[in-house]
Amino acid sequence: MHTIPTKEHMRQALVARHGETLQSKFERSVVAICGLGGLGSNIAISLARAGIGKLILIDFDRVDISNLHRQQYKVNQIGQYKTDALAENLKEISPYLLIEKHTTRIDENNFYSLLADADIICEAFDNAEAKAMLVNNVLENMPETYLVAASGMAGLDSANTIKTRKITQKFYLCGDGVSDVADDIGLVSSRVMLCAAHQAHMALRILAGENQA
Amino acid sequence: MVKVNGDYFNIAGKTLAEYLDTTSYDCKRIAVEHNGEIVPKIQYSQTVLHDDDSIEIVSFVGGG
Repeated sequence: MHTIPTKEHMRQALVARHGETLQSKFERSVVAICGLGGLGSNIAISLARAGIGKLILIDFDRVDISNLHRQQYKVNQIGQYKTDALAENLKEISPYLLIEKHTTRIDENNFYSLLADADIICEAFDNAEAKAMLVNNVLENMPETYLVAASGMAGLDSANTIKTRKITQKFYLCGDGVSDVADDIGLVSSRVMLCAAHQAHMALRILAGENQA
Repeated sequence: MVKVNGDYFNIAGKTLAEYLDTTSYDCKRIAVEHNGEIVPKIQYSQTVLHDDDSIEIVSFVGGG
């Protein structure tokens, strides 16, 4: 049985790594994660460990046995909503993280109200049309918000083809751009994690004031 | 000439919608940046491409 460290103790540990200035930026920030599958669950864990202040977690789905090969859930969470299961796992890592959960499907009618408070939005869907829908709606209607999206991370192709590209002033795209889940062997944990790491890393770079991919 | 994803094409005078019709892009899976700005979907048919314009077509594939 371990005692959970105090909020101040955990903050000091982060400040010791990041410095006061950067940690203050991270803890004042709100990042929305749209889709809590292989990308979203891994993005969330990276950002929680980095000491981001608040995460907005959005997904309509429940944990399935077929998710466990790449998504950050556990066998005993099968059947739970991903929002609830991921929030549990994040709280074990970062007990003072603020989490806003929305167990709903994001569409063109509700995206604005769900995402309005975010400094950065991470697109982490698996469906190509849903990705395009969210990206177009955010870019057209939320010009002040940063968007980090992903396309192309399936299969066993080289890890080195996963990249981050800056498309417009506030829009970044991670992935290899071409590896479709419909082709070949589907998604592999390590390559999806690479892409998620690119997204989480770009979010941290933006918060640090580093705007280049 | 219009720069499309880094390559040059002789498509000045066409609208974005007309150009996209000549390609294999699925309009439900793309976002298009034109001279640094995103083009709203409803403006594809009114956006005329000019010489020296630059467009970037982001085409999404599945997986996540």
